Amino acid sequence: MITINVNNRPVQVDAEPGTPLLYVLRDHLQLNGAKFGCGLGQCGACTVLLENQPVFSCLVPVSTVGTRRVRTLESLGTAAEPGPVQRAFVEEQAAQCGYCIAGMAMRAQALLERNPSPSRQEILRHMSPNLCRCGTHMRIVRAVERAARLMVAGTNGGVKS
Amino acid sequence: MILAFLLVAAFVAYAWRSAIAPIEPPSPAGFDSALVAKGAALATIANCNTCHTAEGGSSYAGGRALKTAYGTLYGTNITPDPQHGIGRWPPEAFARALREGVSRDGRHLYPAFPYTHYALMPEEDVQALYAFIMTRDPVAADVPENDLRFPFNIRMLVAAWKTLYFHPAAAAADPAQSAEWNRGAYLVQGPAHCGSCHTPRNFLGAEKTRKHLDGGDAEGWHAPAINSASPSPVPWSGDALYRYLRYGHVDRHAVPAGPMAEVVRNLSAAPEADVRAIAAYVASFAPEDTAERRERTKQILARAGNEETAQAAGAAAGPQPGDGNPPPQAGHALYAATCASCHGGGRLTPSAGTALNLALGSALYFPTSKNLTRIILDGITPAEGERGAWMPGFAGALSDEQVVALVRYLRSGIAQAPPWRDVEGDLKQVQREREQKLAAAEAK
Repeated sequence: MITINVNNRPVQVDAEPGTPLLYVLRDHLQLNGAKFGCGLGQCGACTVLLENQPVFSCLVPVSTVGTRRVRTLESLGTAAEPGPVQRAFVEEQAAQCGYCIAGMAMRAQALLERNPSPSRQEILRHMSPNLCRCGTHMRIVRAVERAARLMVAGTNGGVKS
Repeated sequence: MILAFLLVAAFVAYAWRSAIAPIEPPSPAGFDSALVAKGAALATIANCNTCHTAEGGSSYAGGRALKTAYGTLYGTNITPDPQHGIGRWPPEAFARALREGVSRDGRHLYPAFPYTHYALMPEEDVQALYAFIMTRDPVAADVPENDLRFPFNIRMLVAAWKTLYFHPAAAAADPAQSAEWNRGAYLVQGPAHCGSCHTPRNFLGAEKTRKHLDGGDAEGWHAPAINSASPSPVPWSGDALYRYLRYGHVDRHAVPAGPMAEVVRNLSAAPEADVRAIAAYVASFAPEDTAERRERTKQILARAGNEETAQAAGAAAGPQPGDGNPPPQAGHALYAATCASCHGGGRLTPSAGTALNLALGSALYFPTSKNLTRIILDGITPAEGERGAWMPGFAGALSDEQVVALVRYLRSGIAQAPPWRDVEGDLKQVQREREQKLAAAEAK
């Protein structure tokens, strides 16, 4: 058994050490926010936070996680009570098919925790590893800008326990 | 006191270079198109765009930061804009800058601008380059001021540096060699200025001419020796080197990364004969084909050809001197879980056919772990919108201890080379440089 901390909860999973974190999240823990896109770290649909860093969870063997905290889309809020990043993505209608959005939201969350008021250039640079095949990038960028405003306006940093 | 004053005055008189009068910007239509085309080819070989174009900026409009041990220099705007660029430079001022390292206004230029190499260019090549540059789009863009430490911010001292280290002498053609080899010798030592990165420099930044192409530094990357000291696991043939420089991909060799990726991108657009000449010249310095050398290559290829052998050898590498926690087995497990899914067993990847078996990864054989560490953290990504081999970065995914364990394993288990001295130190340095780069990008 391997113990990891996911969304502030210690969980035990029975998985081979080389199993990608993404499979553990989806298949063992039923956290289906992160998506399997390419399995090669090229698209970003599987992005989650490891400590405060956005990582491609399809490339992270579960055995390497150790004591580092994993955060997934589910940690940002619920459908009834969305966090600021989720709210901003809804309000900007940033999703077309939506497959990339969980990864986009997590990468945006990492940026906004580090830098509460990024410039458009910084957003573009930071978000560039994540791809959207529908082409809603302009809306996604606007959503990140909106999320920054929501976070500054509100007291909730978007982190739910 | 008076003596000191006289000495300073004498030095100033010695270092003084006069300005060359500006001209009305020449009309682009006035340049012969064949000359412009020749200049375009030389500009790609000389990598002018690398230093004179900022990331995402207009071509040749400057602004790219070049970090040196003496501070940060910024590539200047060399578009023909009359105010911000060199639009009012007459041909003789352009030639003087290229061959003597003196700006139109008489200021000495820092030798980060490789005039030590460009000095070898004959007049017709310099004028071709002038014709090419003067027919580019003028861009009205300022570049940041250089940020150099005292005393390196005193330009006049460059005159003293030149007295010590700048003695250009065009290499005489070697009649014993082919015309192609001689062309390569000119391109490598002249416009392509390979030695700027691949030759080690002394404490004042001058290339150690007796160690030509013996390995140097390029923007935090190690630029390996490309002479007889080449650490390449499989020795370079002229043909393989040509394909590497031309296409960035050749069997049994790693793909270019870091600053070399930009060089290869340029050479992919340079005249084929010139790229072949460069390859022929450089390959002529390849290590001697001794029995020992052949045996080493044979063993490396055998390891690369048999993934299981490589893995078993790694697992059996045993404890390494200077290792604390975690033990080498941890590195092997990391390799198996993280790297082998692409790099092991010749699996297909979407970008480069098959990912390189790491027994053939040149960075594992370099004298420093910096390049390997950088590639693990940042991966290999083509410039925005460009094609090229691709590997994801593992920064954030692997902890510092895991990166160190992996690097140690790759060195001892896969390359089977003596352990690097300071893997942690190299990691810290690479991380520092990454953070500085990120901070600089965010400050824009």
